[in-house]
Amino acid sequence: MLDRFYMLRDLSIGEAAGTAIFGYCVVFFGLILLMIVLYCTGAYFKSKDEKAAAEAKAALENVAKEVEANPLTVTPADAPKAPGSAGHVKLHGVPDKEAAMIMAIVADQMKKPINELHFISIKEVK
Amino acid sequence: MDVIETLKTLWQDSGFQSFFVDGGWKNLIMIIISCVLLYLGIKKKFEPLLLVGIAFGCLLVNLSYFGPESSDALYHPDLWSNFLDPNHADYHSYGAIMAHGGLLDILYIGVKAGIYPSLIFMGVGAMTDFGPLISNPKSLLLGAAAQMGVFLAFIGAVCLGFTGEEAASIGIIGGADGPTAIFLTTRLAPHLLGPIAIAAYSYMALIPMIQPPLMNLLTTEKERKVKMEQNRTVSKTEKIIFPIIVAMFVILLLPSTAPLVGCLMLGNLWRECGVTERLSDTVQNALMNIVTVFLGISVGATTAANSFLNLKTLMIIVLGLTAFAFSTIGGLLVGKIMYKLSGGKINPLIGSAGVSAVPMAARVSQTVGQKANPSNFLLMHAMGPNVAGVIGSAIAAGFLLAVFK
Repeated sequence: MLDRFYMLRDLSIGEAAGTAIFGYCVVFFGLILLMIVLYCTGAYFKSKDEKAAAEAKAALENVAKEVEANPLTVTPADAPKAPGSAGHVKLHGVPDKEAAMIMAIVADQMKKPINELHFISIKEVK
Repeated sequence: MDVIETLKTLWQDSGFQSFFVDGGWKNLIMIIISCVLLYLGIKKKFEPLLLVGIAFGCLLVNLSYFGPESSDALYHPDLWSNFLDPNHADYHSYGAIMAHGGLLDILYIGVKAGIYPSLIFMGVGAMTDFGPLISNPKSLLLGAAAQMGVFLAFIGAVCLGFTGEEAASIGIIGGADGPTAIFLTTRLAPHLLGPIAIAAYSYMALIPMIQPPLMNLLTTEKERKVKMEQNRTVSKTEKIIFPIIVAMFVILLLPSTAPLVGCLMLGNLWRECGVTERLSDTVQNALMNIVTVFLGISVGATTAANSFLNLKTLMIIVLGLTAFAFSTIGGLLVGKIMYKLSGGKINPLIGSAGVSAVPMAARVSQTVGQKANPSNFLLMHAMGPNVAGVIGSAIAAGFLLAVFK
C-alpha cells in the first residue's frame, strides 16, 4: 500500500523540507512586518494620549489655581473631566461602592469595556 | 398486484439490502463512526456546534449513498469526481451538480466555492477583540512560532507518500483553525476534506487534553508562575485602524489570503467602527449560525464510506495530532525565548495559545498558569498570541495555496 503512495509522490522530501522552511519564514516575515506596523501606530497613539493627558493635567492645574484665587465662582461642574472619564454619574440613595459594583456588572453583562459606557444616574428603587 | 414481487422490489430499493452487497459493510462502519461522533459532540461537548452537524451529515450520506447507482442519495461523490476531472464533460460545472445532485451536493457548493469558511471568518472577526494583540504586538511572534506544526506535518505527510497538495492540506490541521483547514483543503485536496475536517475539529475540541502535558513538560514551575504586567489600554481609533492595516499588509503580501483575511478583518471592522452594530450583531449571531448549519452538514457529507475508510484517513488522524503537538511546542519554545530575553517578565505558557483555536487555547494557558500560581491571570495576555495565531494560520494557508495552486 505504502509503495503505491510513494509512486504517487510528486515532491521529494528535500523539496518538502525546503518548502516548509521557506513557508515558516514567510509566516514570520509577514507577522514581523505587521508587528513593526503595530509598534509604529501604537507609538503614535501613545504619544497622542500622553499629549492629551498632559493638556488635561494642565487644565486641571489651571482650575485648581482659579479655585484657589476665587473659591466661590468655580463649581465642580465647571471642572474639566479627568482623562478617560465619561462624566459625572448622579447617585440617588446608592453608596459609591455599590454604584461601582453595579457599573461593573452592567459592563460585564453588556460585554463592553466600562470606559466605553456612560452612566448618567443610578437610583435605588424601593 | 404481485405481493411477493412488490416486496422484492421494496427490499432491493431499500438501504438495508445495500449493506450486504459491494462493500456495503463499510457504510455500516461509517454509521457507527457517525454515532460515536454524535456521542462526542452531544455528551462530551466536543465542539458541538460543528461536530453534531458533521456527524449527522456523515450519517445521512452513509444511509443514502452506496455507489454511483444511488440516485436518491443526498450527496454524490461521483458527481464531484466528475466536477474535478478535466477530461469529463461536467468539469467545473455547477450546473451539473444543481441538475443531478442531492440536497447536500447543493449545500456543498458553498464549501467548494470557499463561501462558508470565509463567512465563518467574518463572524470570527466580528466576535474577536484584537485589543490584547494591539497592546502587545510581540504576541505576533508567538502566533507565527505556533505554525511550526503546520510545516512539520507537511514534511511528515510528504514522507508518508502524500502529494504536495495533500500534504499541505494535512499540515494546515496544525493551524488549529477549522475554516482555514476547510478552505485550503477544498482548493488543494477536496477528496480529503472529510478526514481533515473531522481531525481538525476533533483535535480543537481536545486541546484541553493535548496541550497541558506538553506545557508542563516544556516549562519549569518558575516559568509557569510568572505574573505578567497589565497591558496598556488600546484606544477606539487604534482598534478601528487595526483591521484596515492588517487587511492591507497581509493581502498585499499574500493575495491568496484575501478571502480569509479580508472577511476576518471586515467582520472586525464592523465590530469596532461603532456605526454598524446591526451588521456586527447579524454576522456574529444569525449569519454565523446559518453558515455553521450548512458547513457542518455538508462537510459531514464528504465522509462517504468508500472514500473515508482507508489507510490515508488513519495517517491523516496521526499527522493531525502531530501537527497540533508541534504547533504547541513551537509556541512554547518561542515563549521560553521571550521569557529569557524579557528577563522573566513573559510567561512562556502564553506561547501555546499561538495555535488559533480561539479562545480555547488561551483558556488552557490561563488554567495551567493558575494551577502553578493561583493569583495568576494570563487569559488576556494569552488572547494576543491566540488571535495572532488566526492571522498566522491564514498566512500559512495563503503560502501553501500560492505554492500548490
